[in-house]
Amino acid sequence: MVREEGGRLLALLADRLGSLEVAEDSLQEACARATRAWRSGEVPRDPAAWVYVVARNVGVDRSRREAAAHRRLSTSSRVLDTAVERPGEDGEEPASASALLVAEYAEVGDEQLRLLLLCCHPALSRDAQVALTLRLAGGLTTEEIAAAYLQPEATVAQRIVRAKRKIRAAGIPLVIPEDLGERAEVLVTVLGLIFNEGYLAHSASAAGLTRAELADQAIRLTATAADALPDEPELAGLLALELFHRSREAARVDAEGRLVRLADQDRSLWDTVQVARGFTVLAQALARRRLGPWQVQALIAAEHTRERPDWSRIVRYHDLLATFSPGPVARLGRAVAVAEVDGPEAGLREVDAIDSLDRFHLWHAARADLLERLGRGGEAVGEWERAAALAANPAEAAYARGRAEHQEGA
Amino acid sequence: MKYLLILASDPAIPSPAPGDDDFDAYMGAWGSYTQELVEAGVYQGGEALQGHETATTVRHAEGSTSIVDGPFAELKEHLGGYYVLDVDTLDDALAWAKKVPIGTGAVEVRPIFPTDGY
Repeated sequence: MVREEGGRLLALLADRLGSLEVAEDSLQEACARATRAWRSGEVPRDPAAWVYVVARNVGVDRSRREAAAHRRLSTSSRVLDTAVERPGEDGEEPASASALLVAEYAEVGDEQLRLLLLCCHPALSRDAQVALTLRLAGGLTTEEIAAAYLQPEATVAQRIVRAKRKIRAAGIPLVIPEDLGERAEVLVTVLGLIFNEGYLAHSASAAGLTRAELADQAIRLTATAADALPDEPELAGLLALELFHRSREAARVDAEGRLVRLADQDRSLWDTVQVARGFTVLAQALARRRLGPWQVQALIAAEHTRERPDWSRIVRYHDLLATFSPGPVARLGRAVAVAEVDGPEAGLREVDAIDSLDRFHLWHAARADLLERLGRGGEAVGEWERAAALAANPAEAAYARGRAEHQEGA
Repeated sequence: MKYLLILASDPAIPSPAPGDDDFDAYMGAWGSYTQELVEAGVYQGGEALQGHETATTVRHAEGSTSIVDGPFAELKEHLGGYYVLDVDTLDDALAWAKKVPIGTGAVEVRPIFPTDGY
């Protein structure tokens, strides 16, 4: 319940109580009380509403105490004068609790977007934006975030504490600004980073489960943001890309846990519901007629869902992508597509023309694959080995090692 | 909430000096920016500082002091002036910081410690 509903409740409480800090403490206290009260087995009909009412009461009490301590009334808290019925201590919520929660959600409406925008405020560092988004909007624990990013828990905890301190001390507001352009850009970047970390994982480990969860969190948060901001088509573009990638999850590794290339995947394992949703979302984004790099990447992923992708179209999409985010990695994607259109020799020429990716495992993997197709197996072995050595993700390293061994045996 | 806007610019890119063709326009931009702050009711103070080469620093170390020539920190960008604004949130302060007619440079936005109980 807390995972699913936590971010929403926190956002609503922060809005009602006028302070993120008070909202967080109150929600935590309410969850602790819930755990105690429900231990007997008597769980209320609407647990979220129960927790909300308790948290709101705790928050109001605390704001009142603090206001008294400062010998002046806090002007930031909007609910101080609202009398709220208290749920019984035996865990039975008043009949009005569910109705109250629904009404408050309806009144605030954009609470989740507000919280997301706060977490992704440009005055915070990128690392802090990612950690706060997962912690506050996503409802992950500090421990889970640390595990997903293979970082010490203390590091993540400190990052979150510092960010929250800055929000309070510097007066970063919980509002939806009129001019969203720059803010939406940060939002889509942070959500994209979270998804990449979960799905394309630079440093995956045995904690694979946590990472799939991270990708699902990213999808949930991106869907929330895209829903709230239909005029920012890049959010929908990112959502479509996430859905296309996620749809292939079951086909991405074989029974032995080995990575399977897109072209070799068992398409019957793809989640067709996710694919269909991806197409719908992408179509809505494109209808806004404001193309951006995430939409173009989604177009490429969409083309790959076809049984026989149109590779010349993929080359054109890569050209388009390069106009938004030029760079050697984008050129590598284009080179691989060129190999499918004009043959491995042309592809290899393009790959070789990129001279700054010597430390990037996928550059070596692309070279190796093309050398193999050109019958230059001896050179390919060395390139697969280099790809294996450079890959941070164990699954990708194992894949490259397997290809090297296979080639040596041939 | 009060914020200090610290204005810093690169000395390698000189501002127009008296007598230059664009000096009047340059000073006019600062004048109208300050006027805008006053009219919005957020202006609490602000000054332009004389050059970096005019600075003297008094260093304190365990009770003793020493006087040295120059600013306290040698930075690529030099402190050139400041504003103190009273606005509601950091977003408002950042919006004003974006409008500072500094040309090329940087504006650091620092919340000032509140004195009203918090």
